[in-house]
Amino acid sequence: MQWSREEALKRLPEEARQIRIEILKMLHQSGSGHTGGSLSATDLVTALFFTELRHKPEDSNWEGRDRFVLSKGHAAPLYYAVLSRLGYIKAEELCRLRKMCCMLQGHPDSKSTPGVEISTGSLGQGLSIANGIALGLRLNKSDARTYVLLGDGEVQEGMVWEAAMTSAHYKIDNLCAILDRNGLQIDGAVEEIMSIEPLADKWKAFGWHVINIDGHRFEEILDAFEAAKEVNGKPTIIIAKTVKGKGVSIFENKVKYHGAAPNDEELEQALKELGHKKL
Amino acid sequence: MTEKKSIRGQYGETLALLGEKYKDIVVLDADLSGSTKTKVFAKKFPDRFFNIGVSEQDMIGTAAGFAVAGKIPFASTFAIFATGRAWEPIRQSVAYSKVNVKIVASHGGITVGEDGGSHQSIEDIALMRVLPNMTVIVPADATEMRKVLETVVDYNGPVYVRSSRIDFPVLYDNTYTFTIGKGDVIREGTDATIVACGFMVSQALAAGDLLGKRGIRPRIINMSSIKPIDTAILVKAAQETGGIVTAEEHSIIGGLGSAVAEVVSEECHVPVKRIGVQDCFGISGKPNELLEYFGLTPEDIERAVLEVLEKRKYSIQEKDFGRR
Repeated sequence: MQWSREEALKRLPEEARQIRIEILKMLHQSGSGHTGGSLSATDLVTALFFTELRHKPEDSNWEGRDRFVLSKGHAAPLYYAVLSRLGYIKAEELCRLRKMCCMLQGHPDSKSTPGVEISTGSLGQGLSIANGIALGLRLNKSDARTYVLLGDGEVQEGMVWEAAMTSAHYKIDNLCAILDRNGLQIDGAVEEIMSIEPLADKWKAFGWHVINIDGHRFEEILDAFEAAKEVNGKPTIIIAKTVKGKGVSIFENKVKYHGAAPNDEELEQALKELGHKKL
Repeated sequence: MTEKKSIRGQYGETLALLGEKYKDIVVLDADLSGSTKTKVFAKKFPDRFFNIGVSEQDMIGTAAGFAVAGKIPFASTFAIFATGRAWEPIRQSVAYSKVNVKIVASHGGITVGEDGGSHQSIEDIALMRVLPNMTVIVPADATEMRKVLETVVDYNGPVYVRSSRIDFPVLYDNTYTFTIGKGDVIREGTDATIVACGFMVSQALAAGDLLGKRGIRPRIINMSSIKPIDTAILVKAAQETGGIVTAEEHSIIGGLGSAVAEVVSEECHVPVKRIGVQDCFGISGKPNELLEYFGLTPEDIERAVLEVLEKRKYSIQEKDFGRR
């Protein structure tokens, strides 16, 4: 599924709203999981899958598909909600998130879930994987592109910077990284736990083309994807300023909801805020 | 004198040959391509060789990505850096994801020599063996290295192959066939069994010669496939020879000795003695000096076989006693 820009700008807000609702219902059902980081990246991932990625939900192994790696694997509920809306997985699977023998593991598992390229969840590894995929596609003379979503706390992992060097060294320009800069990690504010600023300068110094955007404004997100495709000879990273828990006031910018699922009352209020009537 | 051949050299040669037939092979190294011998492939196929620099974790993650894109990645560096430094990326992105990555690591064991304990990998087999989905292979000579590579290139899944710095005596000719999950009785015998892997297969054969002078004929098994291990060949050996000595250039904890002891303790109780590095780190020295220092010589294996034979006598008496 791919929408034109015009259609996308009209339809993405509603699609993202539906996905947020799915995420919260899913998390509430499972009783555990990562609320904040799923909501912060919802607009980015929704825009990516519905307008940018070339893929075929009916044929998840289609060779010509663009690839996506969810390096911040704890945003699995977001990933699953998107895959479900696109038809990769049945909607009824969503309520089985994190349950025994379900296809939706706590963190993305390529062995269990169609549409997931590789298992993630241990932070810091997705960029290396994305490099390998992008280099492999290049060798295959494929024009498919590779996208990878990183968390901001995640870039504290040293392996990210090993990979950042590799992307630039091998001039991997069929790769686009997206960094969900929501400012919070599980123990507190990123800048208090382990400062990562000046973030854009770091990526620039590592040889990347950097695009800074507001990660909740769809025009900016779509423009960034377009701009990334025009960059030759170097990898691109979109640093997207986001709000952790975006869309629900009680979750927004609250560290607590990094790794907590909504309880009954929280879900009720959240769905009310999102304009969803029935539970 | 027995012909010797470098098994890492063989890796480089075979990889370059396989590269002609298998266009999807890509090779990654972490700044040790001269030592691991991936340089041979790099010279022949520069477009399919990726030096990732001194960053083993990234090398493994990148290899996993290549596999996702349908390539057949071979990733190489020294054994301790491949399996130790990059263990968790191997666990998550290779084994858990069950992707088609081959890790072929050189400089396993203490025969690394002068570089010392920091570079001598005595833990790699244990670190890889514990991972679900991982196949672990330790070839005994250059011929077997070639056969192993020709086999694993067609096997779809994660594989760890250990090679070494030193040259190994050539034990096999071209008629030898390697099968994942199968051990090889390299010398028949009925007086205890020596199960060895890698360079220690040669040492075991020399120990067999020493024991022969005493009129003792141990069976000698090359257990190159440490995971999956050949349970049938071990049970048969236990039943027919009554005692087992394992020999490996690795810690006695977690490697071949442990794997064999696990099978024997569950399937067929006989005395087991493990020859290997006795839960300590390596030191600098010449390979031969180190083999002596760490108790990995043919004489050490000979002594262990004699001990096992003593215990076997005792355990047979005990069984008889139980019956009475």
